Order: sequence, then C-alpha cells, then structure tokens
Amino acid sequence: MNRYSVMATDAWTALRLLLSACCIVFCVACFNVATLNAQGFKKTVAQTQPRMVKIVGSGGFQGLEPYQSGFLISNDGLILTVWSYVLDSNSVRVTLDDGQKFEAELVGYDPRIEIAILKIDVKGLSSFNLDEAVDSRSGNRVLAFSNLYGVATGNEPASVQHGIISAKTKLSARRGAFESTYQGDVYILDAVTNNPGAAGGAITDRKGRLIGLIGKELRDAQTNSWLNFSIPIDQLTESVEKIRSGELVVRSDEKRRKPTEPMTTDLLGIVLVLDVVSRTPPFVDRVIAGSEAANTGLRADDLIIEVNGRMTPSSKDFHEQLSFIDRDGVMNLTIQRGKEFKSVEIKLVR
Amino acid sequence: MNRGFKSPSNESTSSKSTSFAIALALLIGCWFSIDPTLVIADDLPAALAKAQEARIQAIERASASAVGVFGPGSRGGGSGVVISPDGYALTNFHVIQSCDAFMKCSMNDGVLYDAVIVGIDPVGDVALIKLLGRDDFPAAKIADSDLVKQGDYCFAVGNPFLLATNFEPTVSWGIVSGTHRYQYPAGTILEYSDCIQTDAAINPGNSGGPLFNAAGELIGINGRGSFEKRGRVNVGVGYAISINQINNFMDHLRSGRIVDHATLGATVATDDQGAVRVSNILETSQAFRRGLEYDDQIIRFAGRDIQTVNQFKNVLGIFPKGWRVPIVFRREGVEKEIMVRLTGVHATEELVELMASGAEEKPPEGNPRKKDKKNPKGEPKEKPKLDPRAEPSAKTAAANRPEKYKHLFKKRAGFANYQFNLQNQKRIWNGFLRHGDFKLQQFSWRLTGKDAGGRSFTIVLADIKSGIQIDGESFVLNPEEDLSSQLAPRGSGGLLVALHLWRKMLTVEPDKFGDVYYQGSIPLGAKSFDKDSGQSLADVLVATRGPIENNFIFDKTSQRLLAMEMYPDSDVDPCEVYFEDYVVDGNLTVPGTIRFAHGTNPANTIKIEKIEFLENESTGESEN
Repeated sequence: MNRYSVMATDAWTALRLLLSACCIVFCVACFNVATLNAQGFKKTVAQTQPRMVKIVGSGGFQGLEPYQSGFLISNDGLILTVWSYVLDSNSVRVTLDDGQKFEAELVGYDPRIEIAILKIDVKGLSSFNLDEAVDSRSGNRVLAFSNLYGVATGNEPASVQHGIISAKTKLSARRGAFESTYQGDVYILDAVTNNPGAAGGAITDRKGRLIGLIGKELRDAQTNSWLNFSIPIDQLTESVEKIRSGELVVRSDEKRRKPTEPMTTDLLGIVLVLDVVSRTPPFVDRVIAGSEAANTGLRADDLIIEVNGRMTPSSKDFHEQLSFIDRDGVMNLTIQRGKEFKSVEIKLVR
Repeated sequence: MNRGFKSPSNESTSSKSTSFAIALALLIGCWFSIDPTLVIADDLPAALAKAQEARIQAIERASASAVGVFGPGSRGGGSGVVISPDGYALTNFHVIQSCDAFMKCSMNDGVLYDAVIVGIDPVGDVALIKLLGRDDFPAAKIADSDLVKQGDYCFAVGNPFLLATNFEPTVSWGIVSGTHRYQYPAGTILEYSDCIQTDAAINPGNSGGPLFNAAGELIGINGRGSFEKRGRVNVGVGYAISINQINNFMDHLRSGRIVDHATLGATVATDDQGAVRVSNILETSQAFRRGLEYDDQIIRFAGRDIQTVNQFKNVLGIFPKGWRVPIVFRREGVEKEIMVRLTGVHATEELVELMASGAEEKPPEGNPRKKDKKNPKGEPKEKPKLDPRAEPSAKTAAANRPEKYKHLFKKRAGFANYQFNLQNQKRIWNGFLRHGDFKLQQFSWRLTGKDAGGRSFTIVLADIKSGIQIDGESFVLNPEEDLSSQLAPRGSGGLLVALHLWRKMLTVEPDKFGDVYYQGSIPLGAKSFDKDSGQSLADVLVATRGPIENNFIFDKTSQRLLAMEMYPDSDVDPCEVYFEDYVVDGNLTVPGTIRFAHGTNPANTIKIEKIEFLENESTGESEN
C-alpha cells in the first residue's frame, strides 16, 4: 500500500490506482455510507463553522479585495490566516461565525511561507487544534471553508465547497509557472477553492478534521490558468510554534536604548515607497547610485523583511528599527526579492 | 495490496476507503449510465447500492422536468424547469429577455415544444413561461427551500454552453455552499436575495435551470455566479433563487404581469452595537402610519429574526409588492408588532424603462452568445433539430408566434402577457358566481344588524344613493360626487363607499366596474407567516373605479369573497372590509358578518340579521 501511496503523486496515477483496486474497494465495509448519502455534510459543516472567521483589512482598490479568511487555532482567540496586503492595516477586523466583531492584533507572521497569526480578545471559542490536524492524500474527499468573494457578512456562515485531493506535490515542481513565495508541499484540489477572499480558509476531511490552509490565488501567467491548492498543516506548524513562542513577532522595543547618532535611510542610500497606508510594506523604491546600499547590491523593489533579526512589516517599523542602530554599527538586513529571500550585511564606510 | 485496503491500520483509512467507494460508484455510474443495473453488482454493500439507486432515480426524475430554452434564431438561450403538468415552467428573466413572446423549449424526451411567456419578475430575475401541446408534462416536485442546509448534496440540471444539441441536459453535482445569501444588484436591476449558494457547476447556459436537492426535488432556479477575473466560467460559486421566494411570486407571475418587488418605505442600518435600526423612513409610508419611527430596532420581519442588514434585505426581497407582513420592533425596551403593507419599488413605467436599459447590460451570467465571441465552442454551430411536429417555417420570425397558439398572447402595457390575466380574471369570477349571481339584484340592497356594542346598523346600497344608519345617526353617499371625500362613518376609512362599491362590483361584474386586473395572491392575516399554521394565500382582483382603487380578495379554492380593501388615495390606509360567516339565502350565498377596520383604529363587527334585495328602485329610495 505504501508503494502505491508514494506513486500517487498526481491525479492520474491516483485514478489508475483506484481503478485497478476498485473490486477490492467495493468489498470494504461501508458502515456510514447511508448517512453520508442522505445527509450530505450537514454535521461536519455545523461543527466547523464556529471555527471560521472573516477578516477585513486594507485593500478595496485595483482589484485587491479587502477581505480574506481565517480560522481559530486556540480557544483564546488566536487566528491562523495568510500573510497578505489585507493585513497591511492597523485596523484589521475579524467577524466570528455568530456575528461578533473584533479588532484583531497582529501577533506575528512568517513571510517565507506567507502565514500570519492574529489575536482577538475573547475566550472560550471553538477552535481547531493544529496538533490534531491530519495528513491526507490524493483521492480523498475534502471540504473547503472560506469567505470567498466576501459573500458572507455578519453572522452568515462561511461558504463551503467540496472536492477531492488531486495530488499532494511540491509547489516548486511547477517553478516558473506559478509565482509563489511558498514552495513547499501542497494539496492540489479538483474544486475551485482559491477564489478571491478564500485565502486563509480551512480544508478539512469530511469528518471536519483539519487538513490544510487554503493558499492565495495563484495564476500561471503563461496559460492564464489558476491553481487551487492548500498548504498541509504540518508545513506550517514550525512557524506557528515560533510565533506562539515569541519569535517572528513584531516587538515594541521601548526599553532598548537608542544611539545618539542612529542609522537613517539617507545614510544607507535608499528611498522607500511612499508611506500611504497605515502599514505600508517597506519596499525599496530607489537606491542612490554610489551609496552603501548600492554597493551591497540592494535594488529597487526589494522588500525589507528584517533588520538585525527584528521583523519590519511596515515602513514605520523599519524606520523605528533603524533608530536603534548606531550609524557606525553593523546591520543585517533580510530582504525578499521576488520569491527569493536574501541576507545582506551593511556597514557604512566613513 | 489486498491486505492494505482490507485491513485499515486506523479508522481514517477505512473512511477514506468509503469515500473511494463513493467516488468509484459515481464514476462507474457515469460510464454505464445506459444501463444503471450494471452498477448494482451483487457483492455491493446494500447501503451503498441503495444510495446509488436512489441517486440514479432522483437524477432521472429531475432531468425529465428540465427544459432547454431557445430564443428566436440564435438569440438568447438557457435553461428552465417544468413545475406543473399543464406546462408552466420557470426560467430566468435574463434568459427570455431577448426572446419574443414565444420561444422553443427542449426536453429530454427529444421534443422541441412551443412555449409562451406568462409573467416576469425583472428584479428577482424570474420568468414564468408555459410549454404548450401537452397536459401531462413531467413536472418537478417542489421542496421547502427553507429546509435546505449548508453541506446538503444538491445538483443542477441545465444546458451549459448550450451543449444539449440532443436535448439531453447536463447534470452537475455539488453541495449547498451557503443559504440565505444576499447578492447586490451588480449594475443591473437584478437583485438576488435570500438565495442558495452552491458549488455544483453553474455555467453560462445553466441560467434559469433547476437546482435540486439530493432527492431530486426543486429547491431553486440557478441564475448567477461569482466570476470576476477568471472569465465567465464556473468557479464553484453559483447562486440559485430559492423556490420559496418564487412561490411567493407564483400567482403574481401567473397573472401575466410585470411583477415588482417590495419596499417597506424605510431603510435600515446597523448601529455600533450591531442592532439593526431604522435609518430613514418615509412619512407617507404605511410603516410610519403604523408607528414605526426613526431609530427603532427591527427584531423580527415576516416571521424571521433580524440581526443584520443583509437579513433584512433578504426578507424584503422574497415578497412581491402588495403583501402585508408583520414587523416586530423595539423602542425603549418595549416590543411592538405591526402589520405593514409593502409597496412597490418601482412605478410600472419605471420598471419597463429599467428593463429596456437592462437589456443593454450583461446579464449576471449566462448569455452564451456574448461568451461566444471569445469561445466559438460555447454554442453549437448547428441549430437544434426541430421536432417534425413543430411549425415548418421555424427559421422565420413568424415561427416564434405559432399560428395555433397565437391566441395565447395578448400585448398590453404593464403586462408580459395580458391573456393570462384575462384567464385568471375569468377563473375567479366564474368561481365566485357559483356562490350566486348578483346581477339579478339590480335594485336596492338593505342590510340590518348589530355591532358588538349593541348598536343597530341599517345599510342601504343602491346605484343612485347609498346610506348607513347607526343608532339613528345617518350618513348618505352621493355616487355622483367624488367618493373619496365621503368617507363616512367617521374612523371607518369609508365603510359606506366600500360597501357601495362592493354591491356595484357584484351587480355589474368586473368588466363594467372599471379597470380590473388579477394581481396574484396575498396572505390574509399575520398567521400566514407562522410556518406551522401553513400559509394560506388569497387571490386578488384589483378594481379601479374613478380615483378609487379596490382590492377584492377571494379564497383561492372556493373563490368566495373574503375581503375588500378600498383605497380612496394611494397614500392613506384603506377601509378593510371582511365578509365572514357566509349563509345560503335562496340562490345566493351572503355574508353573515361584516367586519371592518381602518389603520390602527380598533376593528368593528356587524352581525347581519337580514339582507334584503328589494324589487324596485323606488322602494330603496323611500327607505332612505
């Protein structure tokens, strides 16, 4: 059986496997078939909906929907979702299944796998336990819960779709076709799950056990086809643990001492994009020729992720972090260029 | 391998196998659909075999009622579903929008039937058409769509991309993704309220087609999808108009009219605490006259709890203009229930105009012809083969008005097909005449009785003069003068005018009374919104005489006259008169009780002791 599981890395193989095994499968006792057919997924849906949330933040222009999906991963209000422009706002609002609305705080995020954890101030909620998430494989029936197209508002439940896992594979297998920061394992689904606003939603099995996180919309620029995928939970747990234990979080550093002569963008020789929204990502707009930044190889469109190991989700955070660095000190920058992540060390030559 | 499948190492594997089995059963079912018995192998678990057999039957039954709708030439096209053996069928308004009064409809018996337009609801995107030539069409069984739950299995049947050149419709299986969804008008007047969201594939051409539950019962009419940047193909997000909403409009649609949706005359918004409150209210609205004010919190509306603005809009969207619905509101901690008549959103001319402009815009989905420019595969190149029984001149425009059915269409402003209104007027009046023909009672009518307070009433009704006497105090009505300024007795809203016109209607019959049309049906009384008591609807004839509009309300099965509402003006409350406790008096059935009410005034009841139909006019005169 393992042999076949390994083989079944794409939908066609899975299908062939299924067909060759059909007579045997038919013999397997189906103790809950009758319920399954008569009832659909009513029970699973009812059990899962209270764990789903709708997230509204920035966006709403140039075809960028200002909403996405998420789900509760602790009963005291931790929410797992995707790291996206929707969260580029100081006011991110979360609506629970029962219509309760909360202002959410960004706990932390991992730009490498594009996930974020939010926190709302409420206790005793129904939630998924990531430790109980299950692994799945091609051919399995799944349900997708998300607020696609922002259809649900207030206490309206998230949308639910059904589908089958076509394959479990690496997104990087399609490198070049689909531009994505995340390159790890994904479940490819036969249903159109990755619609606008669906990112951050949950994929469960038909018993409601968590399988994956619905990824962002992903389009193949060459064929104009869209990929429907979700990220297996086990790919996320390390980052989630880091965030929960205080890494990958945005820290306020009131207690640290600031140098009298701190680093500035002028000294570095970079100009950031205009700080227009409450949490403008620190993209490099221009690099001054001959500056230290230019010498180090920084380029326009680089996104600054970390400064000396501290996360800089916004221009403001970046400026704040620079203010802690002595202009004569050494500075480590983590930048994102396209889907690559790079570390650069900068020391001003004076 | 055998072991691997048969001895699952954990519970999860066995459930996976179950889903494999289902998937396979489905797969095999599709391949061998010519002979479904092939699937039911002997060694199949009984439960699986049963479920599969049930599914096959549901799809078979449901598919037989599905309809492909073809406009004249290559214009338009979509799907529909037959809902009665005599051929009434539902589709989307935007499907037949570009059609003439007649269209061609395919069914999976391989026959192309003629069909005629009956009624349209442009705002709700619904059209009622009638297939012709049979009285034993396979009709879909209609379910209660309020019982549909998220996660239920469902399936759509229709004609996506107009693939069904052999008239065999396409079936797409899915689940209910959401219920009670509200979808904004999106640039057109088409508003989808309280609709069912499904991931069953809904593509251009599925428009107007049925959405069935797993048992093959009709739960909605597919008509819209979310598409945006991915082109106009299914992305697993389709919307169906709930069949319960359409049921509310059904008799309105059968009336052959252009039907309008309703407004409360007030808008609502959510406050900081999340309560839904009145944010604006027209002082001319009935809701205002019944006591609803700015900032009142809406608690329940037509029997449904209101917690969001969308819920309010959902409820409002499922009712036709003219329905009276209960509203529970809260002010300063005190709850109050009122009954409010919903008024129309648009003036009729406005609706006609909007429809014309709407024709320029893209329908929410499903006009395959537009899609066709990008994707030539979207539409069959060959025209569907016409049934030999159909008219030979099928390719000409005249074929769209088949000679033998020409009499079934009558054009008139404000109507989709006036012929169906006439039919219904006749149906109701002929039914009413079974209870007695009042044409013979041309002279004065004299009613005597007592009200609950013991006051004695004498009412004399005649063409030239009517009068009412209450405990010696009398009021006289002169029909030569403006009736709307003679609204006696005080506080009744015009009981005497109402009864005068009641007699008039009964003695001259509708066509001589004034402008009369069949409106459809409305619920009578608040109980109609209590699910358990079962909704009872009553037929309405709207009869205008001079400036006065009257609703004559008839029992739907017996056609007994239950009530009338007399509106002296459109912005005031009517005088409501209820005719109850009917008794047989010779050849006539006459009311034993007349109950009347006006606005918020308490109702009064007159127990009729005697009704006399006098032999000549002079007698009536002298009595007065």
